[in-house]
Amino acid sequence: MNLHEYQGKDILSSFGVRIQRGYVAKNANEAVAAAKQLTAETGTGWHVIKAQVHAGGRGKGGGVKLAKNLKEVEEIAGQIIGMQLVTPQTSAEGKKVHQVLVAEDVYYPGASETKEFYVSVLLNRGTGRNMIMYSTEGGMDIETVAEETPHLIFTEEINPATGILPFQARRVAFNLGLEGTAFKEMTKFVTNLYTAYVKSDASLFEINPVLKTSDDKIMAVDAKVTIDDNSLFRHKDYLDLRDLREESAIEVEAGALGLNYVDLEGNVGCMVNGAGLAMATMDLIKQAGGEPANFLDVGGTADAARVEAAFRIILKDPAVKAILINIFGGIVRCDRVAQGVIDAYKNMGTIEVPIIVRLQGTNADIAKKLIDDSGLDVMSATEFQEAADKVQAVLG
Amino acid sequence: MSVLVNKDSKIIVQGFTGSEGTFHAEQMIEYGTNVVGGVTPGKGGQSHLDRPVFNTVEDAVKEAKADTSIIFVPPAFAADAIMEAADAGIKVIICITEGIPVADMIKAANYIKNKDCRLIGPNCPGVITPGEAKVGIMPGFVFKKGTVGIVSKSGTLTYEAADQVVKQGLGITTAIGIGGDPIIGTTTKEAVELLINDPETECVVMIGEIGGQLEADAANWYKASGSKKPIIGFIAGETAPAGRTMGHAGAIVGGSDDTAQAKKEIMRACGIHVVNSPAEIGKKVAEVMAK
Repeated sequence: MNLHEYQGKDILSSFGVRIQRGYVAKNANEAVAAAKQLTAETGTGWHVIKAQVHAGGRGKGGGVKLAKNLKEVEEIAGQIIGMQLVTPQTSAEGKKVHQVLVAEDVYYPGASETKEFYVSVLLNRGTGRNMIMYSTEGGMDIETVAEETPHLIFTEEINPATGILPFQARRVAFNLGLEGTAFKEMTKFVTNLYTAYVKSDASLFEINPVLKTSDDKIMAVDAKVTIDDNSLFRHKDYLDLRDLREESAIEVEAGALGLNYVDLEGNVGCMVNGAGLAMATMDLIKQAGGEPANFLDVGGTADAARVEAAFRIILKDPAVKAILINIFGGIVRCDRVAQGVIDAYKNMGTIEVPIIVRLQGTNADIAKKLIDDSGLDVMSATEFQEAADKVQAVLG
Repeated sequence: MSVLVNKDSKIIVQGFTGSEGTFHAEQMIEYGTNVVGGVTPGKGGQSHLDRPVFNTVEDAVKEAKADTSIIFVPPAFAADAIMEAADAGIKVIICITEGIPVADMIKAANYIKNKDCRLIGPNCPGVITPGEAKVGIMPGFVFKKGTVGIVSKSGTLTYEAADQVVKQGLGITTAIGIGGDPIIGTTTKEAVELLINDPETECVVMIGEIGGQLEADAANWYKASGSKKPIIGFIAGETAPAGRTMGHAGAIVGGSDDTAQAKKEIMRACGIHVVNSPAEIGKKVAEVMAK
């Protein structure tokens, strides 16, 4: 589950990680009120208005702006809220901005120069351990840093039995070239950040930039936080943080029906049991001259209700020109699935696109006969290649 | 010969009396698998499916001499079940459970690291040695005895591959479903190594998917090993978009080196017979083995 910047910062802050403070606002009036309150609490004169959408590179698309007085707060918030924000990480039509974060200005002048760093916490799949990845090159796209100056990216792997150790926190601060107060602040920052990551069951923390202020404070100016979906059963309080407006409406609907669905751009819909077979089926569609319109894993119980739900989801996409159902019946019997397909089809009346059903495994022969004798406009197949050939024939 | 499980394995089911555990234990017993009992805390002393229920894995090891465990415990408690099995001295731990929090698996993987055991999974279909032991949720009848070993991240794609191999008149030594999670106990490389070193296995089918480095590691190991046993490889997810998780929690393209294309290139460079179409796995196995 992806979080908004302000939600991620709230979690960070609750574990003692210093953050750039701010309040979220849904309209220009709320933004002004937030700015006033922030000035009262922090003394900040200027404010940063930041679009809250699930996409990086917001500044590049005009979604992050500095306001030097309340009039500008009102104007800028008014501009950003409701806009379609296009960033390098969104589609061409962009994402609608529903709310902004009104944040304190932390780049104020002072005794020393401000400096930006990059710090993230994530799983190293190779070792099965979490690691802190950090760089002196903050505020930049980390992929670019990795490509151009890989020697400026450091990692610190954490032993799960001990958690982050003091010497590791010091190593981070040393490698970032800090000293004095800022050094101490950084050791505290990474230690608390790692604790927050573990305690919140996150699967990604990306803090870019981490700022050293002109008075040597270390703080998170942005926060990209992803929580491990599998852990949400023990974080009921996080469930409210999910913003369905940020997700594909059709994927949300499929999820509510218990279908694992990913919307794609192609013209052949597919319905498969098992994630690996689903991906392989998508690949086969492509090799047959089509493009997969979706990934859809119907799971272990492909009964009429689920098949019908899957049909309805797939057919919402007007680009779909054919549907391929590929079920390998193991524990679930193919004749049951076939009956499910027939019942679902009849329930729906007519389906305008050709359907190819490939059933293999337990009772595959009975299933094929059921489909062939159903009188419905459904083509049956038993072999994988046969199904691909039929898709190809249908697409012409 | 076979690997991991055979007719002599003494198998217990953790989560024995739950609905999943009961259903699949029944199927395993029907297949002829040597299930010696099960574990459900608080139900020790009872009998289930004509087999003893134990409170702890330790009791099952002591009293039923269990050496292999299959886990059907719900995700919130599954990592604990893995660690309990390892602590009790179980040698092969097969975890079917899907949806275990990553943080729990980090802990479990670290805990079992220095223990004398091997974890398969989690989020896997299990392991089958046809004619001897089905320790998993796969449809047993698809797998016929033979000389082809299978390693796969995916359940139904394993069945698909086995079915294709069998339809070529060949059979399976052992099929190992290693699981599709970001953290798994036995890697592709380790599973491939087991099969390459198995005298009865003459050919290995290695099925991977997008995300991570497991297939590349296996391919590099294979090349370095100098083994003459052929490997047939397939990677699912050529058409998957970057940055999206495709069903399996681990199936996500993170960079340029874990795409299907990149993995296939590495595998080819290491001497693996890579098929582009998932429909050609069986055919390729027969072709390579006929040489």
